[in-house]
Amino acid sequence: QEAAKYEKKVMVLDFVTPTPLGNSWGLGGTCVNVGCIPKKLMHQAALLGQALQDSRKFGWQFTEEVKHNWMTMAESVQNYIGSLNWGYRVALREKNVTYENAYGEFVGPHTIKATNKRGVEKLYTAERFLIATGERPRYLGIPGDKEYCISSDDLFSLPYCPGKTLVVGASYVALECAGFLAGLGLDVTVMVRSILLRGFDQDIANKIGEYMEEHGINFIRQFVPIKVEQVEKGTPGRLRVIAKSTKGNQIIEGEYNTVLLAIGRDACTRKIGLDKVGVKINEKTGKIPVNDEEQTNVPYIYAVGDILQDKLELTPLAIQAGRLLVQRLYAGATSKCDYVNVPTTVFTPLEYGACGYSEEAAVEKFGEKNIEVYHSHFWPLEWTVPSRDNNKCYAKIICNIQDNERVIGFHVLGPNAGEVTQGFAAAMKCGLTKEQLDSTVGIHPVCAEV
Amino acid sequence: GKNEYDLLIIGGGSGGLACAKEAAKFGRKVAVLDYVEPSPQGTKWGLGGTCVNVGCIPKKLMHQAALLGSAIKDAQHYGWNIAQPVHHTWSVMAQAVQNYVKSLNWGHRVQLQDKKVKYFNMKGSFSDPHTIRGLTKAGKETIVTAENIVIATGGRPKYPVHIAGALEYGITSDDLFWLKESPGKTPLVYYPFILHLCEIIVYISLTGSSPDVSLECAGFLTGIGLETTVMMRSIPLRGFDQQMASLVTEHMESYGTKFLKRCFPTKVEKSESNRLQVTWKNTDLRTEVTDSFDTVMWAVGRAPDTETLNLETVGVKTNSETGKIIVDASEATSVPNIYAVGDITEGRPELTPTAIAAGKLLAQRLFGQSSELMDYDNVPTTVFTPLEYGCVGLSEEAAVQCYGSDNIEVYHAYYKPLEFTVAERDAAQCYMKMVCLRERDQRILGLHFIGPNAGEVIQGFALGIKCGATYPQLMKTIGIHPTCAEEITKLHITKGSGLDATVTGC
Repeated sequence: QEAAKYEKKVMVLDFVTPTPLGNSWGLGGTCVNVGCIPKKLMHQAALLGQALQDSRKFGWQFTEEVKHNWMTMAESVQNYIGSLNWGYRVALREKNVTYENAYGEFVGPHTIKATNKRGVEKLYTAERFLIATGERPRYLGIPGDKEYCISSDDLFSLPYCPGKTLVVGASYVALECAGFLAGLGLDVTVMVRSILLRGFDQDIANKIGEYMEEHGINFIRQFVPIKVEQVEKGTPGRLRVIAKSTKGNQIIEGEYNTVLLAIGRDACTRKIGLDKVGVKINEKTGKIPVNDEEQTNVPYIYAVGDILQDKLELTPLAIQAGRLLVQRLYAGATSKCDYVNVPTTVFTPLEYGACGYSEEAAVEKFGEKNIEVYHSHFWPLEWTVPSRDNNKCYAKIICNIQDNERVIGFHVLGPNAGEVTQGFAAAMKCGLTKEQLDSTVGIHPVCAEV
Repeated sequence: GKNEYDLLIIGGGSGGLACAKEAAKFGRKVAVLDYVEPSPQGTKWGLGGTCVNVGCIPKKLMHQAALLGSAIKDAQHYGWNIAQPVHHTWSVMAQAVQNYVKSLNWGHRVQLQDKKVKYFNMKGSFSDPHTIRGLTKAGKETIVTAENIVIATGGRPKYPVHIAGALEYGITSDDLFWLKESPGKTPLVYYPFILHLCEIIVYISLTGSSPDVSLECAGFLTGIGLETTVMMRSIPLRGFDQQMASLVTEHMESYGTKFLKRCFPTKVEKSESNRLQVTWKNTDLRTEVTDSFDTVMWAVGRAPDTETLNLETVGVKTNSETGKIIVDASEATSVPNIYAVGDITEGRPELTPTAIAAGKLLAQRLFGQSSELMDYDNVPTTVFTPLEYGCVGLSEEAAVQCYGSDNIEVYHAYYKPLEFTVAERDAAQCYMKMVCLRERDQRILGLHFIGPNAGEVIQGFALGIKCGATYPQLMKTIGIHPTCAEEITKLHITKGSGLDATVTGC
């Protein structure tokens, strides 16, 4: 969309290879269809379930029995996504960007072959190319995984309630999904191979896990599934999962209605002909290394988004990188995307907002003696009346003693963590120090004032 | 003789307690006098001051109760099956809130004890610059002397005493949070004729320096199902950015609160059915109307609580118009060794966090060899109306007045919180704007945000503004998706351009 502003002739090829179970979706990518948007809406549905319970303590009265209807929610969510797909189609049209619902792959220098759903092939040439194919969920590679398990690609449009669910994985996708499924009243178990939220601050990751466990989610730690069998067909059916311990030979079995795999995502770079034009990729991960101007090793080919090596997999980052790239190419701008201090939020039942270094990373980079960690538990005012946990919410900042006690890491665990973290991220961009933090007056009574 | 205490604080509210606890840290002998004169309706409360007892805390909890009412409606769109009818019981909420407040009163008593601060439940007045006369409820007198004295008695709601019946029949925020029974009866909607059965009228005057309290109260009363009317003589939220103020009231109107604008009451009487009859004049239409309500609440501003302090005896100067105590940048009054913090001081925002910060810094300067003064600039605040409004820095009007409209740029956007989509809620008033200087670095002068969780959104940005944040710096900050706050980092349409400022798409 940005390039079209500069009156360039732009084409977008978008194609969704159906999931093993046959699921597909419209224009907009992961975030819109099977990521941030449906995730946050279902997380909201779960939060509202909690709100219903709280409301009784605040004087609201209604029947004791409150049940959740998956279909009502899924339909509303899908309708909204449909409106976004439509919105993008219209936006591209209005900006004169040519859109083709076809699978693109390089066949030679400056040339792409586009194959549509019906197998019709067309060739296109362009001066420059941008690869932004993103990723898709990884499968375990065990018997029964593709036949019987679902992934986040299937979950948000599932035409039936998933029922008793086993979530395999410890990524934020796994924990967020497990979180809202439990919040909607389902029996949820999470099977974790080793640690939770790899790459995130581990102190906080453990607090998140603890909170989820205390609120009814079962965790099976240090096991991996080795086989999934179908016990009974249905919507949902019944599945038997056999798992082996990572620490020995112990084998366990469990029965679930649904098995959701959330063990990671793989870049969609292996089958788009990159070898034909010489674009180097990391053979192990499939990710594309780029320079600080998002350029691959082939000068006229660029890449943005989840497929980039060593960059965070986030929507706003991809958007910003894409926009700035185009401004540099066609508007003479020089700004590069700033990948430092990119804030993020994990929408688990107890939300986690973060910006900057985790405590471990800070210790590694600067040395334990050179950093100071300030922390505090807090009790959101809104949780007092309904007697919700009074020492689970937590905030910590990590400061670099040698640089004026500059804030290099911000972490908050509590309601509306995303809203809280955004402003702090902006302040960190302005070089926030502990002193400035101390001298800023709080808004009362909100969680962020802590 | 030697003074008994190093520091004596009159007033156990946000400012007073913060100052006392900080001073105690330096090993000083500290005492706090706290006393609550019952309201005209007889309401009183424990240690902690306005915020804890009749301000921020109960207000936010009742606001939360109202928000939960909306959440119940939203939940049904998200698949939760809730059998109708859903209704709200005031006494359950009030008791829960009051119990929590009492736990805070208790908590403060314990904290003072732990920090070895002496607490007197007495009403204090000056005998001389180092001597305070304390009177208990029973009339017993105690004399206390101190090297330094801090006045932190705060304020109390004003009554429009020139309106007949105002004092006898009306309540204020002092009473609202402590009512055991609902201020309005539950509406019996099955009646074929209209009976004003659950009506509350809140009158806010033009001079309110905390006029937001009235809108906040009207907001949550509406939210829990009571028929609420707000009567005001002129503009709401005076002193706040007026564009934002009108969006806030617009939302309240669509939310169900009735507004009687450009009206003022002339008398309040009791009717035979034991309801209250209010007569008022409409300044535009030049008509006079009478109607019945269950409760009349006055929110015409707060007056500093200095009357019984005996300030004239010691020569502490007050502002002749407002009655507030005049202090300098170090919180010192016109009398050496006598200081003042919080709502009682002239020219300061009437906010808990500023009182706390000022109280702490004062103690640090008196006993801790610090010289740091309180910075009252860029203090963020939030109005907890049904659709919340958070802001920091200058309003658009103030910026124009200060720098001239040619020298400022206003970036703005209408946005829709993701959670409103499935809930089918109207986001017409969800709006934000950033007022910046036009010159080279484009420093941010003011940030205004209307939407859910406005306080949480604004807090971090207030920090940024304290660091001198500029527009380019904010634009370099990556957004967190999906949140409402991220829209602030994406502001790019200016008011000057005249372009449509509605955010579209993902």
